Amino acid sequence: MKQEILDYLRDYDGEEVRIMEVCGTHTASISHTGIRKLLSPKIKLISGPGCPVCVTVTSYIDRCIEIAKMEEHVLVSFGDMLRVPGSKGSLRDAGADGAKVQMVYSPLDTLKLCEKHPETTYVFAAVGFETTTPIYAVLLQKAEEKKITNLKLLTSLKVMPPVISWVCENQHNVDGFLAPGHVSVITGSELFVPLAQRFDLPFVVSGFEAEELLASIYALVRLKGQGKVMNLYPSVVTKEGNTEAQALVNRYFEPGAATWRGMGSIPDSGMYLRPDYEKYDMGSRALDQDNVHNKACQCAKVLTGQIESKECPLFGTVCTVEHPQGACMVSGEGACFTALTSEA
Amino acid sequence: MTDRITLAHGSGGRATSELIGAVFAKYFQNDVLDQMEDAAVVSGSGRIAMTTDSFVVDPIEFPGGDIGRLCVCGTVNDLLMSGATPKYLTCGFILEEGVEMATLERVVASMAETAKEAGVLIVAGDTKVIQGKGGIYINTAGVGFVPDTVNVSSSHLEEGDVILVSGEMGEHHATILSQRMEIENDMKSDNAPLCEMVEKLKAAGIPLHAMRDVTRGGLGTVLHEFAVASQCCIEIQETKIPVSPAVKGFASLLGLDPLYMGNEGKMILALPAKYADIALDCMKSSKYGEKAAVIGEVTHEKDSKVLLHTAVGGMRVVTELIGEGLPRIC
Repeated sequence: MKQEILDYLRDYDGEEVRIMEVCGTHTASISHTGIRKLLSPKIKLISGPGCPVCVTVTSYIDRCIEIAKMEEHVLVSFGDMLRVPGSKGSLRDAGADGAKVQMVYSPLDTLKLCEKHPETTYVFAAVGFETTTPIYAVLLQKAEEKKITNLKLLTSLKVMPPVISWVCENQHNVDGFLAPGHVSVITGSELFVPLAQRFDLPFVVSGFEAEELLASIYALVRLKGQGKVMNLYPSVVTKEGNTEAQALVNRYFEPGAATWRGMGSIPDSGMYLRPDYEKYDMGSRALDQDNVHNKACQCAKVLTGQIESKECPLFGTVCTVEHPQGACMVSGEGACFTALTSEA
Repeated sequence: MTDRITLAHGSGGRATSELIGAVFAKYFQNDVLDQMEDAAVVSGSGRIAMTTDSFVVDPIEFPGGDIGRLCVCGTVNDLLMSGATPKYLTCGFILEEGVEMATLERVVASMAETAKEAGVLIVAGDTKVIQGKGGIYINTAGVGFVPDTVNVSSSHLEEGDVILVSGEMGEHHATILSQRMEIENDMKSDNAPLCEMVEKLKAAGIPLHAMRDVTRGGLGTVLHEFAVASQCCIEIQETKIPVSPAVKGFASLLGLDPLYMGNEGKMILALPAKYADIALDCMKSSKYGEKAAVIGEVTHEKDSKVLLHTAVGGMRVVTELIGEGLPRIC
């Protein structure tokens, strides 16, 4: 790391710069590396809606629980989803009540389960952004090849550009975006050009190491007010992205309106199974209700950068990692979780 | 003898006797156990340390070890961390029917070999067989004796203490996870008894304040427990924490933090700074301690927390492990 960059970031005394990251892994890396301590108080890092678990609506969790309790059905999920509160409780709470949930490391493990227990329907809780959706497409492709009929998906798949637009239109408090590194591997850095130009804001595609994040933050401060996209993660991110993955996603999924926790419905911000593949769907399109069980929960304001986690009245008191009230406190990549567990 | 465990092996009758004779007595032979009484009678005096631990690791055998080596190391290390010299172990086996006799024999041989390495006698045992799918579960209990000169506790950390770890973090965790995910790599579990290291530290006359083996929950969890029990602030340096490049790469790929990855042959200790060099020598010259390092210090006793100075110069708080961790790691 060049000392002049570190000095610049530490001593910066210009107008306040608010930088939003929209990738959960960036949120976790920023906390993990403790780099906030290296920045001038005039440079603020705020966590946007980048953690897929955190933006999932309560009706999705409720439906997961309903499925897990159905006879001869097992819900398959990543570990993070188990603790997310629905309108009544979480999947983990439901486990004691007879819900059948199987945790896997990779969605593809579901295929083995399907083959081993053909009498059981395995429903994968398919949550994620552009990075993860191709894996679900591969899962469907393999299921078709193997003629597996007892696999279904309950999707809550989302894409980035519409929600970034939403934040820019509704908040006016962001001066630049750390563009998500993993998403960009799939989509390519060009994805952000229309947004940068429309809102006159810089987007810097960043890696996840401390040095990479600091370099990107430096670039964003220097580019303030300019509608430019810069790719500082060129080792893995290209302009056009992974076109093969994009094609596979488009074969199985199509865009549609999606509800984001605390933000409401945003047009074209979701991905759903195409009508040709409806037989794999467990009713994903109907899941648009967001009834947060603790009315004081401020996840929505945290996710859109309106307040910091610690400004939420529940933070660290009623809402803890052991008893999360909102999704931001559940995931290891959630803004409140990282704020409570890592910020010195 | 059949080649698999059946419910008859847990009947308490002839099949049980055959199993004991053919497998357990064959490997665990010693004067106390050979008497085959209902309870072992052993001698000893002074302060007695007792502990027990159950082992459910999946898979039963993994690179670098198996449930047999693990169940001896786990209990022996727990005794060592209280300052005791481990002496006797008991073992209770719960076998699911279908266990291959050859597998059981390998596990038992491994236990015997590890007990020999650790200088402990297995003096009593029990076997039950239940329905199931060929699983092996083992409980070991241990007894050791604590010299009057040793008085360690997680509540004994003081301002000015240094914190040392005995080697690289996360190897057991990464090995077990690799096996379960069917990832091929050269990872090996670190499961090992730390007897030589602890005996050297005690013999050197170092006033040891606290010792812990760093198992489930990892280094972060142990440090947090130290800070809370002693009401002190522990500051550690990320760059000083030993982690092999392989584990570092594996962890970063899977989004794991080596600070919270489990180990089965690593310890952490706190002692006054002026003894740091002697302690480091004791550890480095012992088996399993070549990569020992000083990783931090107790900076004050105003509040209870653990701070990590990151490689890039930032800082963050270290909490205990939050969430599930990896199930059935030991």
